[in-house]
Amino acid sequence: MKTNDVILQTTTKIVLFIILIFSVFIFFTGHYTPGGGFIGGLLTSGAIVLLLLAFDLKTVKKILPFNFLHMIATGLLFSIGTGAGALIFNVPFLTHAFTHIDIPILGDLSLHTATIFDLGVFLVVVGVTMTIIQTIGGDE
Amino acid sequence: MSLLHLAIISPFLLAIFIPILFKVFRRVHTGWFVLTLPVLLFSYFLSFISITSAQQTVTKSFAWIPSLGIDFTVKVDGLALLFALLITGIGSLVVLYSVYYLQKDKEQLNNFYVYLLLFMGAMLGVVLSDNLIVLYTFWEFTSFSSFLLIGYWYKREKSRYGAKKSMLITVFGGLSMLGGIILLYVMTGTFSISAIIQQSNELFTNHLFIPAMLCILLGAFTKSAQFPFHIWLPDAMEAPTPVSAYLHSATMVKAGIYLVARMSPVFAETALWVWLVAGVGIVTLFWGSFSAVKQTDLKGILAFSTISQLGMIMTLLGIGGAALHLDSINNSYYMVATVAAVFHLINHATFKGALFMVVGIVDHETGTRDIRKLGGLMPFMPITFTVAIIGTFSMAGLPPFNGFLSKEMFFTAMVRVLSMDILNMETIGILFPVIAWIASIFTFVYSMILVFKTFSGKFQPEKLKKKPHEAPIGMLIPPIVLASLVIAFGFFPNVLSNTIISPAVSAIMPDFAVDVHISFWHGFNTELYMTIGVIAIGFLLYKTYPKWREVYKIFPEKLSLNHLYDGALNKTEMVSRRITSSILTGSSRTYLLYLFIFFILILGSTLFIKDAFKFDTSNISNIHIAEVILAVGICIVAISILFVKSRLTSIILLGAVGYSVSLFFVIYRAPDLALTQLVIETISVALFLLCFYHLPKLKKREERISFKLTNALISVGVGALVILIGLSAHSNKLFDSIAHYYIENTYKEAAGKNMVNVILVDFRGLDTMFEITVLAIAAIGIFGLIKLRLKGGKKTENK
Repeated sequence: MKTNDVILQTTTKIVLFIILIFSVFIFFTGHYTPGGGFIGGLLTSGAIVLLLLAFDLKTVKKILPFNFLHMIATGLLFSIGTGAGALIFNVPFLTHAFTHIDIPILGDLSLHTATIFDLGVFLVVVGVTMTIIQTIGGDE
Repeated sequence: MSLLHLAIISPFLLAIFIPILFKVFRRVHTGWFVLTLPVLLFSYFLSFISITSAQQTVTKSFAWIPSLGIDFTVKVDGLALLFALLITGIGSLVVLYSVYYLQKDKEQLNNFYVYLLLFMGAMLGVVLSDNLIVLYTFWEFTSFSSFLLIGYWYKREKSRYGAKKSMLITVFGGLSMLGGIILLYVMTGTFSISAIIQQSNELFTNHLFIPAMLCILLGAFTKSAQFPFHIWLPDAMEAPTPVSAYLHSATMVKAGIYLVARMSPVFAETALWVWLVAGVGIVTLFWGSFSAVKQTDLKGILAFSTISQLGMIMTLLGIGGAALHLDSINNSYYMVATVAAVFHLINHATFKGALFMVVGIVDHETGTRDIRKLGGLMPFMPITFTVAIIGTFSMAGLPPFNGFLSKEMFFTAMVRVLSMDILNMETIGILFPVIAWIASIFTFVYSMILVFKTFSGKFQPEKLKKKPHEAPIGMLIPPIVLASLVIAFGFFPNVLSNTIISPAVSAIMPDFAVDVHISFWHGFNTELYMTIGVIAIGFLLYKTYPKWREVYKIFPEKLSLNHLYDGALNKTEMVSRRITSSILTGSSRTYLLYLFIFFILILGSTLFIKDAFKFDTSNISNIHIAEVILAVGICIVAISILFVKSRLTSIILLGAVGYSVSLFFVIYRAPDLALTQLVIETISVALFLLCFYHLPKLKKREERISFKLTNALISVGVGALVILIGLSAHSNKLFDSIAHYYIENTYKEAAGKNMVNVILVDFRGLDTMFEITVLAIAAIGIFGLIKLRLKGGKKTENK
């Protein structure tokens, strides 16, 4: 489909960032309001899919020169690593820790190891969807 | 997590960094980095000798899956320490040897050392863990790391064959061992070995006792290559020689011995145990030594020799177990067997390790291991020859080497079998010393063949691929160290008796006091006369070997166990191929048909046989008009898919169904689910559009009416069943809802307010972890299917 989708492409350029920022927001608020790594990851890949629809595979590869397989591996490493990290502190596998700290301006902030685990989920989800879409879409 | 746990895990940790080290330090042989670890571990474990020799043990526990009683408990007692020292000690020497054996520019060293380290860690885990499930986990780890090591030169067909064979046989045994472990758990309610041993007095009346014992013995026998499972070991010799020296002489094959020794306090009170262990052991001893003589490959001789020696240790453990069984005679009378088993275990590791390395040197420097081509190497490699002499003479049981001492003790134990009074030992028992003696003669013969056919006789340079010369010094140091140990233990056996042997023996036989004293000269007695007989007859047989070689041709190849194994494997493959090709037709409709038919049959019949269907309207909430409209809408869209001609339209309609379902989630106030469903729907529709865009347009196809009818029948059936199951799931409330637990604990335990997400990352984090792993595997699978197929296609085009 080599049509000149000016409207789609221009909209995509703006909407892409809105979706991406929203996905990051969704990812971080996951612990308290709807969201989390899985949905955040899906949203991000949704944004990239939109990019793919508006442009084509080659352009997207140029814009996002990631190896998505590596992304999957990094994600898995994050998740399993968070779980295994608990072992060092003599608690069962996948026990999460959290703490609250006070930061000027931002106020009370809670830090969770669960976020790192979720980041792993996020990366895997983005990596998997993009790998599947790229390999199937790129197959001739 | 203690230092001991870290010691077990450290090889795995190092293995992660090996590929990086291999890439970054290209000029340095990766083996040097690996070498530090076993050396450090060896010195660390040495520090435990002072503890175990005072008959103390060290136990460190670490909760793994406490709710299932699975804790990573590490226990160092005499037996575990002996093995840990063997693993790390021989491991250090083998790594040093491999640095010179494997050229860094020709071999995939990163793979090799990763496998080797995996194996080392797994082996340490097997011998040090006190929990049977942990032990089993590490046990299977040794199976598959040895599979990788045997198949290291995976381009050779024989390597792959050997690797597969060892894997099939040892994993078969491992699985049966898992069954035994579970039976033990059913009987005792614990996985802890120490706790099971404490309960052993009540165990043997249980009707599960014998099945558990048989299952565990099967695991031990397959791992330690006992008859008739020994057939994998000779084929495993396709691995690089350092691997053979390590896995197939010093460590992995001894895991079975370890298991039998470890489990002796639990099982040895029954006569069946004594009979099985000693019986299988002695058959293996004889068959191994008998078959070793006919081998022409040096490593083949050593492989069968290992089988035979493992059989010998097994026999000794079986007879030693009789000490627990018999109350009538003075029990310490049979303890000599256990002492001999432990002592021979050490000796075997030293001389067999040295011999494997010698064979590796010969192979490396001449290019062949065939004794028909070798000969007269003595002047070219004097140091190797010396080591070989020491090793083989110790193996043959000649004084003054350590093998002599343990073989004498072996004879002592065999002679004492005659006065044993279990079952009909008086009649069949006579076979034990006789078979042991005959097997020792064959041991003598193959030992002589091994050393003299290689190093003396006629030098045939035209048959060798390389011009022979002495090996580099780094390759010689490890066998020299082992050979010196052979001599040292021969002259000063009591260095070991109180430090290593007696703690190990008291770990095997916890209720007996042992006073181990090994004397070098034990006077003129039956054992010594037996040895003299072995030497005399053995020498005669060795000299006349060409004349009686024909004996081996009496057994036709068709009756051998190997033939049986190959035949069974071929048959299985053929039958499964036939079944597969008749079921897997390649049409996804057929597969869905199987799935759905089974779904309807099994779930549907269960629903009605178990009388599970119930329709309870008592706690149903009011139905809103909006919900009805939505439901009707979904139905209309779903049905209209059936009548759509274009693929793209049907995908979009399918998406519409998904979006409407997510509206239900919105109505029922599940924003998380709604969000997920919406995003998933969007992405999957985009994905399908992407794929289906390239496919040709649907054509009007006229199907037979029966075809359409089955389709309709099955789909209606599936739909009806899902509704029925949904209704009865709602009406049958067997348990209280778990929701309250999450409501109460989400904020308290995990400090989160979004329950769904907290469940995903925290309460059921393990599920999520495996889910993303599955996702990752699926992605890699799709990537592989599409990308690698393209690559393969191009390759064939080039041809």
